[in-house]
Amino acid sequence: MLTRRAMLAASAAVITAPAAPLARAATPAGVAVMAKHIDDVISFDPAESYEFTNNEVDGNIYRRLVGPDQSDNTKVAGDLAEKWDISADGKEFTFHLVKSAFFPSGKALTAHDVAFSFQRVVALNKTPGFILTQFGFTKDNVEKLVRAIDDHTLQMSLPVAQAPTFVLFCLSANVGSVVEKAVVLEHQTGNDLGNAWMKGHSAGAGAYQLTQWVASDHITIDANPHSGLPVSSKRVTLRHIVDPSAQFLMLQKGDADIVRDLTPDQLKSITTGDGTTIISAGQGSSIYIAMNMARPEFQKPQVLQAMKWAIDYDAIANNITPNTYVVSQSILPKGLPGALTDMPFKKDVAKARALLAEAGYPDGFSVKMDSAAISPYVDIAQAVQADLAAIGIKVELISGEQKQVITKMRARTHEMALLYWGTDYFDPNSNAQAFCANPDDSDASKLRILAWRNHFKDPQLTQMVEDAAKELDGEKRIGMYQEIQRIARDRAPFIILLQQISTAVLAKGVSGFVLGPLPDYTKYAGIKKA
Amino acid sequence: MRRLRTLGATVSSVPITLFGLVLVTFLIGRVMPIDPVIAIVGDHAQNDVVQAVRDQLGLDRPLVVQFWIYLKLLAHGDLGRSVMTSNPVTHDIVQYFPAPIELATVAILLAVLVGIPLGVLAAVRRGTWIDHCVRVFCLAGHSIPIFLLALIALLVFYATLGWAPGTGRSDIGLEGMVPEITGFLTVDALIAGDWTSFRDAVAHLMLPAGVLAYFSMAYIARMTRAFMLDALQGEFVITARAKGLSAARVIWRHAFGNIAVRLVTVLALTYAGLLEGAVVTETVFGWPGLGQYLTISLLNADMNAVLGATLVIGLSYLLLNLLADAAYGLLDPRVR
Repeated sequence: MLTRRAMLAASAAVITAPAAPLARAATPAGVAVMAKHIDDVISFDPAESYEFTNNEVDGNIYRRLVGPDQSDNTKVAGDLAEKWDISADGKEFTFHLVKSAFFPSGKALTAHDVAFSFQRVVALNKTPGFILTQFGFTKDNVEKLVRAIDDHTLQMSLPVAQAPTFVLFCLSANVGSVVEKAVVLEHQTGNDLGNAWMKGHSAGAGAYQLTQWVASDHITIDANPHSGLPVSSKRVTLRHIVDPSAQFLMLQKGDADIVRDLTPDQLKSITTGDGTTIISAGQGSSIYIAMNMARPEFQKPQVLQAMKWAIDYDAIANNITPNTYVVSQSILPKGLPGALTDMPFKKDVAKARALLAEAGYPDGFSVKMDSAAISPYVDIAQAVQADLAAIGIKVELISGEQKQVITKMRARTHEMALLYWGTDYFDPNSNAQAFCANPDDSDASKLRILAWRNHFKDPQLTQMVEDAAKELDGEKRIGMYQEIQRIARDRAPFIILLQQISTAVLAKGVSGFVLGPLPDYTKYAGIKKA
Repeated sequence: MRRLRTLGATVSSVPITLFGLVLVTFLIGRVMPIDPVIAIVGDHAQNDVVQAVRDQLGLDRPLVVQFWIYLKLLAHGDLGRSVMTSNPVTHDIVQYFPAPIELATVAILLAVLVGIPLGVLAAVRRGTWIDHCVRVFCLAGHSIPIFLLALIALLVFYATLGWAPGTGRSDIGLEGMVPEITGFLTVDALIAGDWTSFRDAVAHLMLPAGVLAYFSMAYIARMTRAFMLDALQGEFVITARAKGLSAARVIWRHAFGNIAVRLVTVLALTYAGLLEGAVVTETVFGWPGLGQYLTISLLNADMNAVLGATLVIGLSYLLLNLLADAAYGLLDPRVR
């Protein structure tokens, strides 16, 4: 019979149960635990993966022909390709592969796997597919143009000559990852080339293999026993911890070795004297303001200039985004080949007012600006609103979910928008094309990136972007992109505000984590715990 | 017989309620100013990719056709595929629903064990310092934002005192050690006879459950107090006292017995609210629950997932209401 005394005793036992066994220990040996937002993951298939976390994990699971040079990431270095030859006309690429790459199955990686991987990307034509199809590869021609000569030689023919660095940087992107042909085909459903299976599994020759993914909970990767690559932590677990305070507590308690999403205030409060390490790396991502040239005011170059001279860039970076974003005023973030690093614009109210008056708007005008209702966009939008008010431009802020702002901008129904842009690959063409190229401003246009979305029609810039992509002389090409950036500063309806700085905090005794300028260049294999 | 007829009428209203729920959620999803294709292909996707996905999802078809297709699939138990997880929505629900059930069940048990006695005590000792203390204690539980409560709990019991483990459902070292049978980690650990995992799962459960319990307890205690104050003034209580019955018997048997039906309704709705409304707690504690799944899906316009999760939550409410209805008959002879 359940007596009152028994019930009370049971209640007390339940309430105090957790107190007994919970002296906290460090994370298990050989396992590196990372606290991070991982709810952006949709698929780990490199032919489809296009978000930050999955690209980062793929960068540790798959290998590519080439990758960024560790000593100078504006250059490419061989990964699976120990050397390569490029024909004089820039159309034939011949890659000679290493013989030391192995998949988790124990089988050696061959040129047939590489050819299949590229053909698969083109055939599936998912979001990142354009990185390869922009060279003229189609479902119909890719098997002829990308082929294995033998087990260790791959030949790639381009229909049209392209700048070699452009091609190589595109191959260093996640979409250039090599998958094990036999394993992928074994899991094919219908004509999906294994896509459904590859969303949550892996078949790469990188240092790790995907063991488990529970969406918005955790990702576990284990060392690939056959990779032949040095791996310090046999297992890496990424836990989805949304709240930065909870991440901070996990770091303090030793429940996480690395935390990735601390707020600027929390980063400030960390004292590195006790062995905690903060590492950071500039990212190929920028926060910018787009001005839709459908508005007659934004068709006047003086108005665009006035807007750029009205903003207090340093105040935004120092007060709103310390440690997480720095001022950047070029369409190419610092670190990308050819990026301009000077800062020509600073807050100059008198100059901005004079430019507005010259454009015929001495009293300013009213405009609406869409922005995401999340940090740091809310605060940045308010700062921009105040800066523009000082020159007479009344900005009405419209806050929404980030995808809502993107949806609106893709439909070209915004007036101004505060948004985020990340480069697709490490070549300057990605951002130059996005911000400057708009060969057809009609609704039927095939290229509908940022310039198109803001009705920015500049035939000279569009042509310059096209020419630079095909320039065979590397140095001359860099010069062309620098010129494109200068012209864009003058004429493009974009205020580039900030460049993202990715920051990670490593617990005491933890080392070897490498943050890359792009998610897929971030490396886990060296993570060591003392 | 009358009771059976009432229950039958309630059960028969379930399909109509569910249809209304699906229809409204479907329409809200389609008029949201977010392009669901963006959620799948991202901002950088080329036009041909966007169009291919739009065709694949059937988003260019008339709304009525889209809804009819969804209903047909639903009739076959197919809730579609989630964009965010790439899994069938049914798979996701099976994966994400046990965690909040486990959390909400422990939370409601704790809340009932503490809240009801507190509410009764406050009513019996009305106007005394005990009553005031209970009211302040409950007011705090109901007024402090739950995210703050959760963070304070983490700071005190995890970071400072070290009595509780941190976030998640289990320690990293024990993750995946228990074979998944029911999805309830504590139950699965017991089935496997793995006491280490069981203790770890209970420990990870207690802090988030405690926070939720405090929040719910505050409400339950306030409602219990109000119901009891009402009941204690009833003539039947005066009669019981006049008959010389002990105070405990008057309070628990006569007064409390009289409020049990109303209290069951409060408990059922509180429990249902905990199942889907613990998003903040799930977020702070890194607890993979249905509330968080629904929120992320909604923000990403992942409408299959939103519809599926909404349906399950709606079903939970209906089921709990049915159970509450059935319980009335057991608790109140007048209803039988």
